[in-house]
This record gives sequence, structure tokens and C-alpha cells, in this order.
Amino acid sequence: MENTTAPATLVTADGTPLKASLQRALRQRRRQAFMLVLPLLVFIFVLFIMPIATMLTRSVDNPEVNSILPRTVIALQSWDETTGELPSEEVFKTIAAEFVAGSQPGKKVINKVGKRLNYELPGMSSLFRTSTRKIRRMKTGPYREKMINIKIVGKRWADVATWRLLKREGDPVTASYFLSAMDMRVDSKGEIKSKPVDNQIYKFLFVRTFLMSIGITFMTILLGYPIAYLLATLPMRHAALLMILVLLPFWTSLLVRTSAWMVLLGNEGVINDLLVWAGFLGDKSRLALINNRTGTFVAMTHILLPFMILPLYSVMKTIPPSYMRAARSMGATQLRAHIKVYFPLTLTGIGAGTLLVFILAIGYYITPELVGGQSGVFISNQIAGKFDSGNWGLASALGAILFVFVLLLYAVYDKIIGIDKMKLG
Amino acid sequence: MKKLFTKGTALAALAVAGTLGAGVTAASAETTLTVVSWGGAYTASQQGAYHAPYMAANKGIKIVNDDSASGALAKLRAQVEAKNVTWDLVDMVASDAITACDDGLVEQINPDKDLAAAPDGTPASKDFFAGTLNPGGSNCFIPQIVYSTTFGYRTDKVKVAPTSVCDVFDLKKIPGKRALEKKPINNIEWALLCSGVPKDKLYEVMSTKEGIDKAFAKLDTIKSEVVWWTKGAQTPQLLSDGEVVIGSTYNGRLFAAIEEKKQPIAMLWDYQVFDLDGWVVPKGGKNTAEVMKYLKFATDTQRLADQAKFISYGPARYSSGPLVGKHGKLGIDMKPHMPTNAKNAKTQLLFNYEWWADNRASLDERFNAWLAK
Repeated sequence: MENTTAPATLVTADGTPLKASLQRALRQRRRQAFMLVLPLLVFIFVLFIMPIATMLTRSVDNPEVNSILPRTVIALQSWDETTGELPSEEVFKTIAAEFVAGSQPGKKVINKVGKRLNYELPGMSSLFRTSTRKIRRMKTGPYREKMINIKIVGKRWADVATWRLLKREGDPVTASYFLSAMDMRVDSKGEIKSKPVDNQIYKFLFVRTFLMSIGITFMTILLGYPIAYLLATLPMRHAALLMILVLLPFWTSLLVRTSAWMVLLGNEGVINDLLVWAGFLGDKSRLALINNRTGTFVAMTHILLPFMILPLYSVMKTIPPSYMRAARSMGATQLRAHIKVYFPLTLTGIGAGTLLVFILAIGYYITPELVGGQSGVFISNQIAGKFDSGNWGLASALGAILFVFVLLLYAVYDKIIGIDKMKLG
Repeated sequence: MKKLFTKGTALAALAVAGTLGAGVTAASAETTLTVVSWGGAYTASQQGAYHAPYMAANKGIKIVNDDSASGALAKLRAQVEAKNVTWDLVDMVASDAITACDDGLVEQINPDKDLAAAPDGTPASKDFFAGTLNPGGSNCFIPQIVYSTTFGYRTDKVKVAPTSVCDVFDLKKIPGKRALEKKPINNIEWALLCSGVPKDKLYEVMSTKEGIDKAFAKLDTIKSEVVWWTKGAQTPQLLSDGEVVIGSTYNGRLFAAIEEKKQPIAMLWDYQVFDLDGWVVPKGGKNTAEVMKYLKFATDTQRLADQAKFISYGPARYSSGPLVGKHGKLGIDMKPHMPTNAKNAKTQLLFNYEWWADNRASLDERFNAWLAK
């Protein structure tokens, strides 16, 4: 009855249990596979995840006041900003000492604070620059009286709003870049308010970017669907030729295509010249096709069209023609068969193309910059402008909002259609 | 590393020379200085006036031009933060230099130590135009030139020649498109001058909300007829193509269009706005000592005067003025084409660095909002 007892553990030829041996082999396999993708992971981490993460932290990072005026920040903690009274002589003395320490020749950092605070309250820049010179000459107190009496700018030291701002921005983390990116600000009383109507721009540009991207995506579906259908159903010989026509512009540089549109759409451009020559337009009433919304719309639709056609084509290619024939044989008209049978089968392709085109469109920069004029620029153009002018915090906050927006879209897509169903080719 | 190498080679060469007792000169180790400037005619003028003579006199130095001065502030910040500064010297307009100085991206300058005195012995701090070495209270900037933003118009496309900057705001007198810079700076000043604000009250008025409203109301009257430019080369091109009849740009660009390319364009100097362009030395550069030597040479009296042979910008030193001569190729006297020439500077404004440093961020915002709507 030996064979009814519990079997001894299976062992391999060298005596190790089979289970352990198998696990070791699998582990080795996994390690090898991991080593193969390691270069890619390192590449993505160093050149993609890290830069994005550091840029995102800049949108809340607020080191200036905290690191350059640390003792003032501590001294201000015991000051009650609600009374409307100025801080004590002690606080003035502390900040004066830190002005001197922060303006040593060769390591002048104090103006960084002025520049930072100037984003919140115009005038801080000159206050800090002028005060530095004067405070360095003050040998004794009373600092409060002397600082308030600095010519022209000193009255700002007598303003409680300045001290409230210093206290608020003493925090190493700030929400003010995000507030500014949403056209809001903290007023002198510490309440969050909308910016003056004349200064509101980012919300408006986000909405415009969003609406125009929807319009552009819709146009690519409208134009791309019939082309993809032709590509999928034409005999191979003709389809190949058509495919080249789709791919050639796809392979051409973005800048070249945008410049080509500048030549075509310009005031003295090909289209206007043709219309005038044919007598449809007077020479004085040429159409404004560029440096406005129309320019951005036309050029971006053209540039993004292949991103719609290719996923659509790959989906349509997999739909057996027999489905349509079956529908027709059961009495459906061509149109009805299309709507009821063919179109639903292409939805995953439309979804993939829409997601691709829309996400690319809301982040577009160079085309709107070149052909968009005033009415056709996107939020990305403002982000670039903020980087150039040195306000990286605000640029990061605007970028972060755009980034979160894209992630949200992706999540919505996943919920409705399912990301595993997306077919890109 | 490079410096070590240079020293090492020199030492080795000395040792060899010593042992052999023969006239062996130091090996030709080269230092390359990367100088960032605006490209085009401007870099060419610096090449002719500064780089070429310096390289001729200093065999071990090679100066390489990098034309990425537009947007240099952001790029410089990225280099300094990454602690990998590849630029040795950067050409910037004064307002950007102030920001770079505030943010500690560039070295501070001690004029009398770092810069050459005038031929008559006047120290540099007294020889550069008053206030130009420390615009807005900064002290990192070495000015090269005074340039101005002013207007050019098509002589063949206007019925009456404009005589005042306010004609830009007069659609009846000068009908047609006009080109203005896509920035509030200068445009706000001009709009207020033409709304009846006296010159000496300008910044006082601009510091009030009503003043700014008034400026935008004036700009509103021509908004539909404005083409906005971002690069100095655009206005001469727009004028040549007949896309605009009048437009603002840097005076040197207009000089090139008028005198070198013989376009039917004339200057309107009324209320030109003076601004400065000059050098800053990036912090953490690899050849700082070499650059400072170069800088002393390139900003001396004769060199600054020489630059005017190539481009119509005014040298920023008092002592350079009388030395300005004829254009290198055209042979015309450059003095009447300098923005600082008394005849051209009858009415002028000076870029108010302090005021704009305080108000630029908020006005840019309002200006962009105004443009977008």
C-alpha cells in the first residue's frame, strides 16, 4: 500500500525540490526580461518622469521668503495681522539685519524676494531694490521709523498689506501660482478673490483651447472618416497610392507644413491671389485667413488629420466585408447597413483617434504661435511666454492644470470605452 | 579642466624649453569663448568691432558666436540651475539683465576695476552714460549701445508725412495698418502722451488705474488696424511688403532697410524710446577670467565707437561719441543716424526700468487679456 501514502516531494536530479528549482528558473527568466527593459525604464525615468515631476513641484514651491528671510518669518509668527497695526520694532530690526546679510557683495539674494513678491503685489520689486541700498547705510535703530521714511518707496513698509504678504509667502509651499493660473488672487485682507476683469485671461484661454480642440477633432473625424473608409475598401493598388498621400504629410516636419499654410493663407497668399484673380474678391477685400482663429483651425486640422485616419483605417481593415453583405441580404439599404452595422464597429477607432487628436491639440504650441495671431493662440503660448519672462512657477501651474486635464480625459475614455479596446494600428 | 590642461601644457613646454635651452614657445592651447548675441547684422557688428581684433591680438583665444540671445534669460536660468553653464558671455537688453542680476544668475561687476578707463583717464564709472551701468539699481550689466524703439513709415504710401508719434494714433491722417510691438512697454507711454499727458507726469499717471484705462482706451481706437510684432526684423519686412504703412522697431533695423536696402522708408524720431543693450557674465562659467579680460577690451572707448561703423546704434560711453566715423561699407557719416544725435533726440523717452520691473507682470497680463478679447 505504499502508493497511497502522501507522495514525497518531487525532486530534480540534483536533489533540490522541483518547486524551488522551477521558481529559480522563473526568477531568472524574469530578471533577464527586466534587464532587457531596464534601459528603457531608466530612459523614461530620467528624461520623462523626473523632468515632469520637478516642473510640477515648481508650481507650489515657494523658497524665496522662507530661505532668504528665515528669522523675519519666525518673528512675524507672533504678529497679529488682523489688528491692522504694523509689526514691532523687533521685526523691523530683524528684517533690516537680513537685508544686510542678503545683500553681501557677490552673494546678493535679497532681490529674489522682491521679484517673487512683486508677482503678488506690484511695487515690491522696487521696494526691495531701493531699501537694500538705504538699509545697508543704517547703523542704528529705530529701524521702523527709518525704513518707513525711505524716500518714495518707504510708505510701503508702513502698509500692513506688505507685512501680510511677507507673512503669507513665508510658507515654503504656496497656492498663489495656482490661484493666479485660475485668474484669482489673495487680496490685501487675505481673502481669495477673482482678479479684476481686465486682468483675467487664463480661464478664457483654457476654454478657448478646449473649444477649438473639440472643433479641430470634429473636423478631423469629418474629413478622416471617408478617407479611412476608402483606404480600407479600395483595391490594394489604389489604396497604396492613397496611403502614400496620407503618410507623406505625416512624415513631413510640422514646421514645414505650418509654413506652407502661411504661404497659402496669407493676405498676399495663394488662396487670396487666386480668388482676386478669378474675380470673386476685390483687391481691397481680401479674406483674413491667417493670424486669426481660421488660420489655427485650418492648419491644425490638416496637421492632425493622419492621427485620425490611421487608427480608423486599422479598425476598418478588420471589419469583414461579409457583415455588410449580410445586412444588405436581409433587406437593409446601403445607408441603413452603414449606420446599423458598419459604423458601430468603427467606434473604437473613432475613440482612439479622438483621444489622440484631442490630447495633441490642447498641448499644441508652434502652429497657433505662427498662424494664430491674437484670436487663435492657445494656453500653451501663454505657458511658453511665462517661461521666457522668468515666472516659472506660474508656467508650471498652468502646465499642471493642463496635465491634470489630460489625465482626466484619459480616465473618462477608460471608463466609457475602455483603454484596452483602443486600437492605434 | 581646460584651464588645468592649459597650465599643464604651458608648464611642460617651459620645462622642455628649459632643458633644451632652445626657443620653444608654449604649445598652442586654445581657449574657446562662447558669446551669445542676437545674430544677423548685430552679431556681425560685434564680430567686426570686438571679436576679430581681439582674436588677432590674442592667438590663444577663439570666440564662437551663439545666436540665441532671444529667450536667453530662460536658457541661462536652466544652465545655472543645472550647474552646467556653457555660455561665457551673454548679450541682453537691460531689463532682462536686471532680472538675471536679481536672480543671481550673473556676476556682479565693479566698473572701475573690471572695465577700461577712457583715453583721458576718466574712470569707467564716470565715462559710461549716467545710470547705464546700474539700471534699476542692479550692478551686473555692462552697456554697449544705446538703441531706440522708434517709427519708420512708407514714403510712397502716406499722403502726408507723419511728424509726431501721435499720427500713429490718427487713422484719418495715416490710414492703413500699423505695426506695434506685442508688449505694453512703449505702447502705453505713447498712448498716454497722445492722450494729453505731459512727459514728466507719465509714470505718475501710469501708476494709477485710471491712467492705464486711459492708455488702453487710446490703444482701442487703433486696435483693429494694428499688426503686432515680436521680433525686430518683422517691421522692416512688413513695411517692405506693403503690409503696413508705419511701424515701430529698433532704429538700427530701419537704418538697414533705408540705407543698405534702399527701401522707400523714412524715420520718425519723435518720442523715440532709448534702451540699452549690453553684456552680462554668467555665474559659474568655465572661462570667467578670460572673459573678464575680453570684456575690458571689448567695452573700451575705441571698440564701442568702432561698432557704429557696422550698425547705427550709439556707443554707451561719452568718450566714444566723437570717435564715431563712417559706415564701413557705405561710407556715409554715421553720426546723423545715431539715436543719440541731438537732431534725432529732440523729443525722447528713457526706458523706465524701475517702473516696469514693478509693473510689468501685471500689465503684461492685462495687455494679453486685452489682445485676446
